[in-house]
Amino acid sequence: MAVRGTSVLTRIAQAIPVLFGVIVISFVLTRALPGDPAVQFAGIMATPETIEETRAKLGLDKPLPEQFVVYLGQLFQGDLGQSVSTGRPVLTELASRLPASLELTLSALLLSCLVAVPLGVLAATRPGSWIDQICRLLVTMGVSLPTFFTGVMLIYIFYYLLGVSPSPLGRLDFIYLDPPHVTGFFLIDAALDGDWETWFGALKQLILPAVTLALFTLAPIARMTRAAMLSALSSDYIRTARAAGLGSGRILYGYAFRNALLPVVTTLGMVFSFVLGANVLVEKVFAWPGIGSYAVEALIVSDYAAVQGFVLAMAFLFVFLNLVIDLAYSLIDPRFGTSGK
Amino acid sequence: MNKIVSSASDAASVQVATANGPVTPAKSKSGAFAHLIYVLRENPVTGIAFAMFGILIFAAIFGPMIVPYDPLATDASSVLQPPSFAHWFGTDNLGRDVFSRVVVATRLDLVISVAAVALSFVIGSFLGAVAGYRGGWTDITLNRVLDTIMAFPLFVLAMGVVAALGNSVANIIYATAIINIPFYARLVRAEVNIRRNAGFTLAAKLSGNSDARILAFHIFPNALPPMMVQVSLNLGWAILNAAGLSFIGLGVRPPTPEWGIMVAEGANFIVSGEWWLALFPGLSLMIAVLTFNLMGDGLRDIVDPRRRT
Repeated sequence: MAVRGTSVLTRIAQAIPVLFGVIVISFVLTRALPGDPAVQFAGIMATPETIEETRAKLGLDKPLPEQFVVYLGQLFQGDLGQSVSTGRPVLTELASRLPASLELTLSALLLSCLVAVPLGVLAATRPGSWIDQICRLLVTMGVSLPTFFTGVMLIYIFYYLLGVSPSPLGRLDFIYLDPPHVTGFFLIDAALDGDWETWFGALKQLILPAVTLALFTLAPIARMTRAAMLSALSSDYIRTARAAGLGSGRILYGYAFRNALLPVVTTLGMVFSFVLGANVLVEKVFAWPGIGSYAVEALIVSDYAAVQGFVLAMAFLFVFLNLVIDLAYSLIDPRFGTSGK
Repeated sequence: MNKIVSSASDAASVQVATANGPVTPAKSKSGAFAHLIYVLRENPVTGIAFAMFGILIFAAIFGPMIVPYDPLATDASSVLQPPSFAHWFGTDNLGRDVFSRVVVATRLDLVISVAAVALSFVIGSFLGAVAGYRGGWTDITLNRVLDTIMAFPLFVLAMGVVAALGNSVANIIYATAIINIPFYARLVRAEVNIRRNAGFTLAAKLSGNSDARILAFHIFPNALPPMMVQVSLNLGWAILNAAGLSFIGLGVRPPTPEWGIMVAEGANFIVSGEWWLALFPGLSLMIAVLTFNLMGDGLRDIVDPRRRT
């Protein structure tokens, strides 16, 4: 147990150089702005004096290593700069919009895991059957579908043709009031408030974008589950378990599935990378007020501080999620940290 | 761990191939051809994928010459027409022919993704080969840098790069190339690393070849088959990525026909029921990506039958 504790600490320590690298790249990106960053950050209405003022304020007249130290200092104080378009600090904007993005991303991931994992298991236990064919078709189509295109088509079918889903504009129809802010997740907040009408309203808005994202992430998860289950089922310990006369349910879920779970959890790390990127596109399609659509708006008006803050925030989120995945490993696999270094 | 195992199996398959080679070189070539025929018969989808790839290349080269309308010509008299015999894919809000625009867009989309993949192939191969061959600090440094790039959600990093470098098609290519480099560098590094002390490498060294020559002509060619699979799978991803960037308004500017931006423009009309504006460019995009993915799977079957899933 002590060994596992240290290995968990080691894993957390390993994330620090990665975070440092992320900050370096983000710093380089900030300084690589086309033209003069001072001009960009001073805004469109800048006069030569205000540009010089911004230059001094941003510390751009100092040598690069010193600028980096200043940049680090600002980051530690949570200062990501001011958004030129809204005039508010980037960090505040990101923090207020993050729950919307997380609610969408997490419900999409949950949805796709709920569908993909059983599908992969079923396909692996019955290779060559119709369910295997469906799984293969879904996997091949799923990776080829551009998320933004799926979203647009779902809107056409379910909003325009069938009329069952509300207009694809944001998190809640204007006839409802936002639930009182507790977690920022509308579904949780509305449930806490006991306001089920709002809860259903929020759910209705959420379904289409979540399905769009889920369709995209379905493929890698189902593919990996199927492959991992196939290799687990053909292994020696399963043969031994069968020979020992264990029940098929116990073999499938107690032994094969638990071992197959490891590569699936590893794939989740890659899926997070996709889903955080695809999130940006889906938020744009559905006018979802998350950090992705904030970054897109900022990009269009060349609001660089906002974009850099967004990139940095997403990278931090991704590193954090990968850390969580690696720690989840130690829960699933007792061998974690005891073999190798 | 997984990677090492799979590259070891690659090494084994390469060795099997070379072991068969010297005995009857002519026969092994026809054997490879027979294997190709076998794979195509076993999985006709691969054949279809190659055929679709041919169509895509044809559209990219001859598209602008064969389309019935000028993709930029507006026509106020036929605005937002649904698909008809005159306009197969309908017309858009400015009366432009959607079919012509979709076909003409093929070239730009393919050029962006091919250029990006070629760039990352060259840079990634070079970095990976040097790191895998020299080992030590070079290797460690490269791995750290690659880890850092992979620590970003890749599409988001591409957005950041485009924002930093400026909003142009060339920068879309650079951004897509940068986020693809780690895949190639890691693959080549692994392939080179397992062969740096192989018998044939030592023999080449003993006969007085320079390190650069050994790396380029003796070791690197062994990494090419798995690289080809990666290229094909990567092309599909690069197209998706570039189209995604132009969908959010980066890179390609209207009125240039490009699939991503056409879906973005069509999305404005989807809520009023004009489905053809977004459907056809989106479908073409999907078919292109599907083609490259199927081709990648097929190539993998040909190159390494063991890794079929």
